[in-house]
Amino acid sequence: MLSLNELWFVLIAVLFIGFFFLEGFDFGVGMETQLLAKNDTERRVLINSIGPFWDANEVWLLTGAGAMFAAFPNWYATLFSGFYIPFVFALLALIARGVAFEFRGKRDSLAWKRTWDVCIFLGSFLPPFLLAVVFASFIKGLPIDANMQMYAGFTDIVNIYTVVAGITVVLLCLVHGLMFTTLRTIGDLQVRARKLGQKLLIPLGVLLLGFVVMTYFMTDIFEKRGTVLLSIVILGIIAYVLAGYFMLKKKDSWAFGMTGAVFALSVASIFVGLFPRVMISSIDQAFNLTITNAASGHYSLKVMTIVALTLLPFVLGYQIWSYFIFHKRVHEKEHLEY
Amino acid sequence: MDTIMLSRIQFASTTIFHYFFVPVSIGLALLIAIMETMYVRKGDEEYKRMAQFWGKLFLINFAVGVVTGILQEFQFGMNWSDYSRFVGDVFGAPLAVEALLAFFLESTFIGLWIFGWDKVSKKVHLLSIWMVAFGTMMSAFWILTANSFMQHPVGFTINNGRAEMNDIFALITNGQLLVEFPHTVLAAYATGAFLVTGISAYKLLKKQEVSFFKKSFQIAAIVGIISSVGVAVAGHAQAQYLVETQPMKMAASEGLWGESGDPAPWTVWANIDPTNKTNSGEFKIPYLLSFLSYSKFSGEVKGMNQLQAEYEQQYGPGDYIPPVRTTFWSFRIMVAAGTAMIVLGLYAIYLIWRKKMDRPNTWFMRFMFWGLLLPPIANTAGWVMTEFGRQPWTVFGLMQTKDSVSPNITSGQVLFSVISFTTIYLILGLVLVGLFIKVIKKGPYAMDNDHSDSHDPYNKEGSHAFS
Repeated sequence: MLSLNELWFVLIAVLFIGFFFLEGFDFGVGMETQLLAKNDTERRVLINSIGPFWDANEVWLLTGAGAMFAAFPNWYATLFSGFYIPFVFALLALIARGVAFEFRGKRDSLAWKRTWDVCIFLGSFLPPFLLAVVFASFIKGLPIDANMQMYAGFTDIVNIYTVVAGITVVLLCLVHGLMFTTLRTIGDLQVRARKLGQKLLIPLGVLLLGFVVMTYFMTDIFEKRGTVLLSIVILGIIAYVLAGYFMLKKKDSWAFGMTGAVFALSVASIFVGLFPRVMISSIDQAFNLTITNAASGHYSLKVMTIVALTLLPFVLGYQIWSYFIFHKRVHEKEHLEY
Repeated sequence: MDTIMLSRIQFASTTIFHYFFVPVSIGLALLIAIMETMYVRKGDEEYKRMAQFWGKLFLINFAVGVVTGILQEFQFGMNWSDYSRFVGDVFGAPLAVEALLAFFLESTFIGLWIFGWDKVSKKVHLLSIWMVAFGTMMSAFWILTANSFMQHPVGFTINNGRAEMNDIFALITNGQLLVEFPHTVLAAYATGAFLVTGISAYKLLKKQEVSFFKKSFQIAAIVGIISSVGVAVAGHAQAQYLVETQPMKMAASEGLWGESGDPAPWTVWANIDPTNKTNSGEFKIPYLLSFLSYSKFSGEVKGMNQLQAEYEQQYGPGDYIPPVRTTFWSFRIMVAAGTAMIVLGLYAIYLIWRKKMDRPNTWFMRFMFWGLLLPPIANTAGWVMTEFGRQPWTVFGLMQTKDSVSPNITSGQVLFSVISFTTIYLILGLVLVGLFIKVIKKGPYAMDNDHSDSHDPYNKEGSHAFS
């Protein structure tokens, strides 16, 4: 039986996996507005295809952070104060992106649209990059002292390992987003999305493999959880190969499922490698933050467990329902809200 | 400046800015839900237009409210990590529940509402906006649960130098919350209502779409007066609770240094000199402070000097007096704005009741237009009083602001974030005002985005994605 501390570690992992799986594709679609769309109409079709979803997808991140605060206050405190500047940039980008969707169509001027287009692109590119940098440095280790305070220099956060993680996740978002686009558009846009997805699959594979190899040599997580991680890697490779196969066969929803699976497995592997730690100290193992020393009291966790297990089925229920309502493809000839 | 001062500036400026939009969202969501309910029940297209037109403003406002809210979820950890460590056990839970219960609801159903006009039935669409309205209210409840803990900590025990929750029910039945929640939510309804009456008054003055804006005005005026009066009643209850639980805040908001005497008079106006701890040029109304504090015309209220001495005994040496002038004047600004809202609201109801809306008094309508600024002024002043008046504490009696800040951030970093967030917020504020003006000028019958398409919404043969 899981202890409550373990359960909350798992729940937080699930929230972040959910966040990357869901917001991952809408980050990708946000990048496509510059990389795939050829004209304003296509851009609008793309934005409208994620219109009903992106906000709720982002709530997965907010809930993940909230759950961290409630269940592991020290994790929350060390993480957000330690990565101060990266989070300033991530938040600025998310702020600009959120209003850009709403504001973009409100004036018929080219300069106006261009401005918000830049916001959408940066806002879809920077947050996944920075969050991946943060997650990668979790397992690489950070200068955390005996008082759980993290004093990180520039290279503690930005280094070859974390940057590769950042680029990999950005590319994952893009490929996953392209697969989403094949599901919600028709015609030329859909065909081009599938083609670009196929083209990007190879560099993505190289990056993923590179990241696994670097992780093997630069972190201790394969030492600690070798068997589980190995099976995750194998599952990941299978999902990756299947993604390529389904793209080739134009089975779009299956391909989308597989890119999502690659994404989910990648994020899961970070959490598996961490467990039972939540942040690793590069100064001394004794300074690691763990699910024990970073956690709230038993009563708090119990209350939160009851609340979360009661509410989650409803949350999942109406979110899935909303995807069902908006399952039709976005057509450029119809009324576009954004 | 040090990281504490800069962090305080950042928290104050970003939170005040965020709170311009939150009450508008809460208030407009309710009004739109009422309008759409009338559409569904009466089948009158004008009510649908109404929901859509005010919905347009609502969505612009909602977007800014949502994005400025993201920062709120993170900045406790970023700037106030020692605070987060100390109270996370108690304070984090309501934040997590807020996300789980309210944010998901709002964000999913707002998507359904925006994109669902032709995709779901009328009733489901109506349900969506009610869900949004309910979600915004729930959001207020949980964040105020967290805030009430800071004002009046309950349901916890100190363990290993941290506050740990030991009674969730004490937390959600906190006396502070029971007065603060109705006060805040009703104020939010008033904010939405006065925005609608204000804009409608402007359009009526211009004699544009008279029927549409007259109806909007009437619905909003009724919501406006009920909630304005409710705010005052809840506010009175809150003041009484304050005397019991945070007497220092009460004394500061009265500029009361020494004994009040019995019965206690209410100071309308005073020149406060915090260094010499004296006031000059005071103008007082007898009995009124006794009434505000105890609902009767007798009773004494403790002054700041006496409380300072008591607190030094209880908590050790230190300065326990909050910024007096800020607390004093923000309280008066709030009360004045609230009173003006009630007066305007009553006259508006009188006009509607006597069916004089066809020939409204021009001057009154101008007042109603500018009246849309009253709730934001009152909201801001109210929060300034509440949060400044709690100083030097972050959690009253438990933790001081100077001990709450993150020890591992530099003033350079915080300065950078203060400048970037205030800059981007300023831009957002200007854009929002510009877009509001544009939407209002165009009016309810030129509704669509400025894209040059005019096709019929949703042709029938959309192909299925999952087939």
